[in-house]
Amino acid sequence: MSDPNAAGDDEPVFEAAEYADGTVTYPPHPVGPNGADRVGTIDLREYDAAVITWTESTATPPGVRAPNTLAIVEFDLGEEYDGPPVRAIGQVADNADVDVGDPVTPVHAEELRDPDAGIREPDSQDWDGFRFEPVE
Amino acid sequence: MDRVAIIGASMTQFGERDGWVLDLLSKAGTACLADAGVDASELDHLYVSNMASGEFEGQTGIPNALAHDLAATPAYTARIDQTSSSGGAGVYAAWQSVASGASDLTMLVGGEKMTHRSTAEATDVIASLTHPVEYKHGVTLPSFAGLTARLYLETYDAPRESLGKVAVKNHRNGVDNPHAQFRKEVDLETVLDSPIVADPLRLYDFCPITDGSAALLLCPESVAEEYVPADEYVTVAGIGGATDTHVVHERADPTTMGGVVDSSEIAYEMAGLGPDDVDVAELHDMFTILEFLQSEDLGFFEKGEGWRAVEEGVTDRDGELPINTSGGLKSKGHPLGASGVAQVYEIFAQLTGQAGSRQVEADVGLACNVGGFGNCVTTTVMEAGR
Repeated sequence: MSDPNAAGDDEPVFEAAEYADGTVTYPPHPVGPNGADRVGTIDLREYDAAVITWTESTATPPGVRAPNTLAIVEFDLGEEYDGPPVRAIGQVADNADVDVGDPVTPVHAEELRDPDAGIREPDSQDWDGFRFEPVE
Repeated sequence: MDRVAIIGASMTQFGERDGWVLDLLSKAGTACLADAGVDASELDHLYVSNMASGEFEGQTGIPNALAHDLAATPAYTARIDQTSSSGGAGVYAAWQSVASGASDLTMLVGGEKMTHRSTAEATDVIASLTHPVEYKHGVTLPSFAGLTARLYLETYDAPRESLGKVAVKNHRNGVDNPHAQFRKEVDLETVLDSPIVADPLRLYDFCPITDGSAALLLCPESVAEEYVPADEYVTVAGIGGATDTHVVHERADPTTMGGVVDSSEIAYEMAGLGPDDVDVAELHDMFTILEFLQSEDLGFFEKGEGWRAVEEGVTDRDGELPINTSGGLKSKGHPLGASGVAQVYEIFAQLTGQAGSRQVEADVGLACNVGGFGNCVTTTVMEAGR
């Protein structure tokens, strides 16, 4: 696995955690699903991803675009990886049409929803992140 | 071991109500005490199931306020918040208080006041349970349902119409429930033509936003007949609670609710019963897809076969295993903290022969209350009084 911090890459990182037993999760947790310590970070931008399911949500909360097409995507971490599937949920860029199995690539967005419009305290979390763009 | 008995139950009308949360809790609590002929001063413990009274109406501290209003002081009291499964978690806490010997008489009151908020605001309050990486993308509980429904339909080659038939069935059941928010049948065409909310799910695949309250009274079975005759109480034969991942996409199989599997295994083992012994069940159909997932994860049907049971009428009120005779959350409504309590109310009514025109033949009933999108679950197996 690569270490984006060591690479000196200033671009936003799609940060997943690697644990001592080899498993990887997104988002990172203090320990892995089997209780193993976190030992590193990987950048999911470096891996191929495909849609496993999607929805177009029309009843969106305050500060969220409407409609809001969302997808759960699964990353291919290669044949050497034998841990649980590594997936992420995110908005589909430009609410583009996607289907199950479609390859997608992450694209960074500075602000995914209006932090001041919803119930959650704006300073309690980050609001940037990665949308998924279909690969032509 | 002395089982815990449920000797009284009540629920308010569900729907759009004038009162605020304390008014609703007080109404259900007062009716529950009257149902068993118990004075509030006899209560040792008083639990309140509620997800978000602070967020919805700026009212916190409701357990103590309710104890005062009901003249139940100095009963020990606590609020139980487990999001949409606050009611089930309250049943667990109330059962535990009696089973442990800490309380000889416990009342549980669940309630929520929601309808004064817009749909967008209420959706956001509920979505605040999500992980930050979900919340910032605008992920809501209905969108989880849409994502999972698509995966289920594709994985198990189930027709979209089968989800619609859950809504049709539960609305039909709700017609006979005087407490239900909607007492109106809908046909499949109406369900399938309703506006899209989270593709492929449409408006009629979702429960409404609801005000309401429900209550239960619990004591050791050994003294239950001091309050009510044997045919007017039920016992908690088994109860289990479990969690699944907070982040929904991290589950190995997103069409399986691990918390349902694990909590039901605990409940079945405690009861010495299995899924084949269950005669009637109340499942957490906040979205139609959830009825399929729970009916499979509780062991009623093989994985990927729950939709066939609905298609074949197995889960109809006159079917082999009636599910959601109350109308479910879908028709009865879903006042968050009340729903798990109201599920047990329905099973109590069925097992004591008080379900009126909804009555089915049943000796064993099950309630499954789900919080988040399967994040927290309580499963309760009940038997008619012995």
